[in-house]
Amino acid sequence: MIAIIDYKAGNLTSVLRAVKHLGHDVEITRDHERIRQAERLIFPGVGAAGAAMDVLRREGLAELVKEQVLDKRKPFLAICIGIQIIFENSEEDDAQCLGLLPGTVKLFRETEWEDETLKVPQIGWNRLYQVQEHPIFNGVQDDAEVYFVNSYYCEPKNASQIIGESEYGVRFACAVAKDNLVATQFHLEKSGPIGLRMLNNFCEWRP
Amino acid sequence: MLTKRIIPCLDVRDGKVTKGVEFKNNVDLGDPVAMAKFYYQEGADEIVFYDITASSDARNIMIDVVSRTAETIFIPYSVGGGIRTLEDMRRVILAGGEKVSVNSAAVLHPNIITEGKRAFGSQCIVLSMDVKAVQPSPAIPSGYEIYIHGGRKAMGMDAVEWAKRGEELGAGELVVNSIDADGTTAGFELNLTRRIAEAVGIPVIASGGAGKPQHLYDVFTKGKADAAIVASMVHFGTYKISEIKHYLQKRGVRIRTSY
Repeated sequence: MIAIIDYKAGNLTSVLRAVKHLGHDVEITRDHERIRQAERLIFPGVGAAGAAMDVLRREGLAELVKEQVLDKRKPFLAICIGIQIIFENSEEDDAQCLGLLPGTVKLFRETEWEDETLKVPQIGWNRLYQVQEHPIFNGVQDDAEVYFVNSYYCEPKNASQIIGESEYGVRFACAVAKDNLVATQFHLEKSGPIGLRMLNNFCEWRP
Repeated sequence: MLTKRIIPCLDVRDGKVTKGVEFKNNVDLGDPVAMAKFYYQEGADEIVFYDITASSDARNIMIDVVSRTAETIFIPYSVGGGIRTLEDMRRVILAGGEKVSVNSAAVLHPNIITEGKRAFGSQCIVLSMDVKAVQPSPAIPSGYEIYIHGGRKAMGMDAVEWAKRGEELGAGELVVNSIDADGTTAGFELNLTRRIAEAVGIPVIASGGAGKPQHLYDVFTKGKADAAIVASMVHFGTYKISEIKHYLQKRGVRIRTSY
């Protein structure tokens, strides 16, 4: 069973529907026992880093997630706000985050690019440059477009953990991985057939 | 960098797609979910459902459409038409809709935008506006006036000012629909689109007038739109989404090509 961890960060049902559509056994839960029983974990969500961390701490999920990822070494996929709170801290709400990976999270600055002012948040389809091979990219062509909705982006301290990059005024890390952990800033569940392919790759991944 | 989005719009009444949509390719005519799936496979970047159901009793049918769509397509889609309250928004979002769009209700009660933003985040809230060109006046300096109730009622409000206000109130995107261009297939209202795109810092989706691929090229370049709505030019099979994209790509417009 795959557990989608419910920490009240936005609507998780779109991830649930996508994983079900792919034919996997999946449920949304915040029950510690169910999370411990799960074979792999998905950590999705939209919203603000500070509020998400508050809920994770209050529900005891912050410690549980760390234990499941670092000690139990379960396959773990973080999406959108998920990729932001696995780093040490975020400019958003000055939040102290989970610290599963070293690094920080920054706000996009409004900048000029060609003749346009870049809008924040970025909303839409942007290219995913695969800078390292990873099982989640199996069968996905390089430079494919994926769907983003974000104002913040992560900045890993360790460049060797970046597997995918994108460009929005700055070149930024949009996919990171380490051991049994993989995380994307873009929404796999809203990125069409290519997103589903990556989601399925995760569901079948044996790190 | 972001690609320009092409968004087919489906008008839905009592759970069926309305007005002369002539689909070939074995699509179940009139079923919004089947049509959304067809456009998803064709490479649409997003889908818009516009619910024109008259009676409020029939709104549950639309929620059923939204929820079946969520199990079928895996790109963003928005739902508009008849969204008046936070509860209306909640039902759409819980059913799986990515975004809700508000139009007349926001003009009459602008707070709905802010309430929606607080409850769901601004990325969920689309402010849609129906606009008509008029003589510039002190009340309407841009010469573009806001209309509501499907273009039947003039509000004496300036469209550029309303767009800016909508952004301040918390809208995440704007749909700018030109009443003059709508249904003509003679091209988007480029001046209106550009005026609004230059006035706000959120994405602008142009609506009304798309008839051929060049119209999309024009609205993405001269009109500075981030996205464009297409209806009859694709519903009647005149153009495929892939043809429009091919045309734009050849002319150097960034579009999504892998799907």
